[in-house]
Amino acid sequence: MKSAVIVFPGSNREGDVVRALKMAGSQVEKVWHAETELPKGTDLVVLPGGFSYGDYLRCGAIAGRAAAMDAVRAHAARGGLVLGICNGFQILCESGLLPGILMRNANLKFICHRQFLRVERNDTAFTRNYAKGQAIDVCVAHGEGNYTADEETLKRLEGEGLVAFRYADAQGHITQDANRNGSMNSIAGIYSEKLNVLGMMPHPENLVESLVGGTDGRGLFESLVSSFPKAA
Amino acid sequence: MKARVTVTLKNGVLDPQGKAIEGALKSLGVEGIAGVRQGKVFDIELETADRAQAEASLKAACEKLLANTVIENYRVEIA
Repeated sequence: MKSAVIVFPGSNREGDVVRALKMAGSQVEKVWHAETELPKGTDLVVLPGGFSYGDYLRCGAIAGRAAAMDAVRAHAARGGLVLGICNGFQILCESGLLPGILMRNANLKFICHRQFLRVERNDTAFTRNYAKGQAIDVCVAHGEGNYTADEETLKRLEGEGLVAFRYADAQGHITQDANRNGSMNSIAGIYSEKLNVLGMMPHPENLVESLVGGTDGRGLFESLVSSFPKAA
Repeated sequence: MKARVTVTLKNGVLDPQGKAIEGALKSLGVEGIAGVRQGKVFDIELETADRAQAEASLKAACEKLLANTVIENYRVEIA
């Protein structure tokens, strides 16, 4: 399985996600945002976290219009997998690959802490190694993660089962306290209509080593790798 | 030719920054403020002297980048 991690000026989590992908068994190449094509045979595109273009204008707004994003859009249109984490989720929303937008956290604070998420479905390429309803322990680190969409979009996301993860407590219960950024319906991540694009604010790549306190993030990368037949 | 683009949040979109500013004004003792919504202003210099061309460029700028029309409205004024 081959992954391409797109790097923008101001990305800073590409190293972590490259490491998590390699640990899970993927080949990984970093791709500069000015490239107009993805490496041949790319199965998965990852937009990493960070502060592309210093969050100028709106988070992800400038990166969302980068040359490489045309190639990412074409990849997604072919059914290719795309994962956007944190700033990557913001970029996916700004580029039109996912609906809605990530607004300033409702409490106006940059939040940085461990966070449980409830896995809403486990029949996608991203979550097949988790159980449905499982509470996974990951991290959040963002100032603009307050998922917002108009009523119609929200209804469609819920109706079509496109919510990937919700902020939850350790038992997987959706509580007001767990939703610290104020996201609508406690949404932490969403899928595209065809379930091949996932955007999420939390960082699964942070927790892939017991040395740093947890390994619940591994499941996501291992799910992705196990979605592809092993190269001979 | 010069233009000013103003980008504001649509009605009904929660504006935590505007709310914080409103709160700060109250705590400073500034009276008579009923509400604050924060927006952005862009002063743009245009190469063309043709008004129609300028309008087309500015519309493209707003739609493609300056405003996220999911949550924001924009207004263009050409000087």
